[in-house]
Amino acid sequence: MFSKAFSAAIHGIDGMIVTVEADVSDGLPVFDMVGFLGSEVKEARERVKIALKNSGFKIPAKRITVNLSPADIRKEGTAFDLPVAIAILGAFGHLPEESFKDILIIGELSLNGRINKVNGVLPIVYCAMQQGFKKCIIPMENSREGAVVEGIETYGVSTLVEVVKFLNDEETLEPLYIPREEMFKDISHKESMDFSDVTGQRAAKRAIEIAVAGMHNILMIGPPGSGKTMLAKRIPTIMPELSFDESMEISKIYSIAGMLDNQGLILRRPFRSPHHTITTTALVGGGRLPRPGEVSLADQGVLFLDELPEFQKNTIEVLRQPLEDRLVTISRLNGTYVYPANFMLVAAINPCNCGFYPDRNRCNCSINQVKRYLGKISQPLLDRFDICIEAIEINYRELAIKQKEENSEEIRNRVRIAREIQMNRYKDQSIYFNSQLIPRTIKAYCKLDKKDQDLLEEAFIKMNLSARAYHRILKVARTIADLDQSPQIKSKHISEAICYRSLDQKYFGTL
Amino acid sequence: MKDREYNYWLSNINNIGPKKIDYLLDYYGSSEEVYKASDDSINEAIKLAMKEGIVRFSKKDADNIRDYKNPERIHMEYNVLLEKGIKFITKLDEEYPKKLRPLYNGPFSLYIKGKLPHIERKILAIVGTRNASAYGMELTKYFSQSLAASGVGIISGLARGIDTCAHKGALEVSGLTYGVLGCGIDICYPRENIDIYMEMQNHGAVISEYPPGEKPYASNFPMRNRIISGLSDGILVIEAKEKSGSLITVDMGLEQGKDIYAIPGRITDALSIGCNNLIKMGAKLVGSPDDILVELLTNYDNNHKSNDNSQLTKNMTEEEILVYESIALEPTNIEEIVRNTSIPISDLMEHLLKLELRDMIKQPYKNFYMKSNL
Repeated sequence: MFSKAFSAAIHGIDGMIVTVEADVSDGLPVFDMVGFLGSEVKEARERVKIALKNSGFKIPAKRITVNLSPADIRKEGTAFDLPVAIAILGAFGHLPEESFKDILIIGELSLNGRINKVNGVLPIVYCAMQQGFKKCIIPMENSREGAVVEGIETYGVSTLVEVVKFLNDEETLEPLYIPREEMFKDISHKESMDFSDVTGQRAAKRAIEIAVAGMHNILMIGPPGSGKTMLAKRIPTIMPELSFDESMEISKIYSIAGMLDNQGLILRRPFRSPHHTITTTALVGGGRLPRPGEVSLADQGVLFLDELPEFQKNTIEVLRQPLEDRLVTISRLNGTYVYPANFMLVAAINPCNCGFYPDRNRCNCSINQVKRYLGKISQPLLDRFDICIEAIEINYRELAIKQKEENSEEIRNRVRIAREIQMNRYKDQSIYFNSQLIPRTIKAYCKLDKKDQDLLEEAFIKMNLSARAYHRILKVARTIADLDQSPQIKSKHISEAICYRSLDQKYFGTL
Repeated sequence: MKDREYNYWLSNINNIGPKKIDYLLDYYGSSEEVYKASDDSINEAIKLAMKEGIVRFSKKDADNIRDYKNPERIHMEYNVLLEKGIKFITKLDEEYPKKLRPLYNGPFSLYIKGKLPHIERKILAIVGTRNASAYGMELTKYFSQSLAASGVGIISGLARGIDTCAHKGALEVSGLTYGVLGCGIDICYPRENIDIYMEMQNHGAVISEYPPGEKPYASNFPMRNRIISGLSDGILVIEAKEKSGSLITVDMGLEQGKDIYAIPGRITDALSIGCNNLIKMGAKLVGSPDDILVELLTNYDNNHKSNDNSQLTKNMTEEEILVYESIALEPTNIEEIVRNTSIPISDLMEHLLKLELRDMIKQPYKNFYMKSNL
């Protein structure tokens, strides 16, 4: 007898429906599985056979063939155990076939018949909803992940017997549903960190505000203990709250990476701060079974690279492509995977090996050592940072004075307005932020008065700026004007942008 | 072989330094005689020197002298000097700087690219640390410029930091400047100073006691300091740590009876301790280039001193003056300027750019500002 169940595989960050077909016929008692399977999928054979036996089902000595279709796409992961078991039970007549014909089933089986959690539940349920499935059976431990998808009933289950009883209508289960409005309402006032925690550092704070408003990448230079990391950690708190679509996108990535921890959706902007020993694969994603890397986990949030020169050179160089395209493409023999990587890059560096340059009382590094230290970062990568700011140590006087510092919410409100201005301006374009402007569009959107043009020209000659630096200054000036809600870029916006211009190696430390 | 070739031979024998050369010349009369002396005669001369305890020769010295007697090689090497335009002078020549003659252990020969200073020309050595602060470098340039413009030749060691700035300052006002190397004359070390190295040959000279091709061995550098101090009429120390190589130059200068000038600093600055110690020991405290010029130039008129700030700040708005005044002579971070002036950052940056474009302030490191008019 033949029977068919539905399951899904992960491809990139999206689900893909897979049909699980089972056939029972006379012949030698063999259990065969076909359909371009990864080794963990092939192992489902043993798990399913024993789990069925331990759940009290008799499997007669017949020839069992299971096919996972489409058969030309590689299947990975353990989510197919449960649908295979259901399809076999259907083929043996333990279950009527109609009972699971419009249900998507995923789950890993344990030998005793328990159902274990799997990765990627959220994108799979989302895909099932889009494909018109009405119901979905998922492991209990992943139930919250699936429950946030609207338009499909999801049932969390914990044993094989429970599933069979449910499908046979011997037992009823309540579909889970988490109203998303409430989830979003809860979080906004529960931030544990705030910008007002940082004392002083007005210049650095201002630079960060501009960077966030225009999604510019920012580089912070400063001695150890000047608060670079503290500032960076608070950047997500001044970004506008996640929209549902953004939240869905990040949650899918976290679901695939197995990092969702059954919390439903990711509601805060991610802040990822990988250690400098990270490998290239862990940073951008990849591996034999492609997995999203840190750049994708930082999607819609902040990727913070502390001690940038300490990273392996080729590791940080691969960042160049995701920074440009805002996504990561991984090509493998059996498919091409695309992960979003729309993050803001924040990096911190010490000015030299010992960290105290240019304070000559503490730093004894020679100019060449300083140059060599900063030279570890290539110019093309340096060019990706539109804004660069030097932070200094806070002295005691500054710490002791209790002055009112702006909190994240006030800054966030300004950022939000600046971003809305940009959205409106670029609504006919395929970009959202000033940082995405290219030379042609800069000409169109960053027009200057004659007087301001002269000022920029004077600075350009005097400071020996490159054409790249020129464009970066204009982009940043545009963001500063947006924060000021000024349609025209004025001289003070340009002056400020020049102050944040990126580090030019040849001018560092020479007089 | 020519006379100069004999001299070249004598100055380049392995392990035979100025003192041994002096003794051999004394014994034989000329370098040609030394060259032509038989092995026995050389051995006799060495034995005499050891007995009388004048110079300590080693056992191998006689072999070294004999081994280098290769007319073709000497001829070829000497011709390379001529081709490269390197002047070769020895104590036996007229042109040998008079100031170096009284030196104990003074170099027997010098290699020169450029022109040695006239004997009447006043020369000031400017020395200091390689890892200088922005303040120190700015100061060095300023002193070097004003002194060179007044006709004083500036001598230094072409090293990084203070040395580089001293040469640069003099070249900027087309003054004369001399660099004494710790390596062969045909090697520019450190390499990034190649511009100065080349330009100096037209506005002064590059000088070395080492033959072409000699690598910049660490042990050569303290030695060349005696030439720097020897050729100078006074030594100005800009920035030096408590134990600095510059102080070797000062010690040698003191032995040679030169005037020592030092720029005072705050007692907490590591880079000023060396200078402050010198002042404690009697070096002349220097507050402006005039202080040195008065000593060096007998007919110097010290009356045109006007360092009026009101002229400078005439066309500035009140806020700009406030910003300008809050910036020190040492690099001040933008954060400190905000703290001191309480001007909102976006306005402050506009003022800073204006001042920078007007050359009133400069940015030695990213987001650090300092006054550029001393």
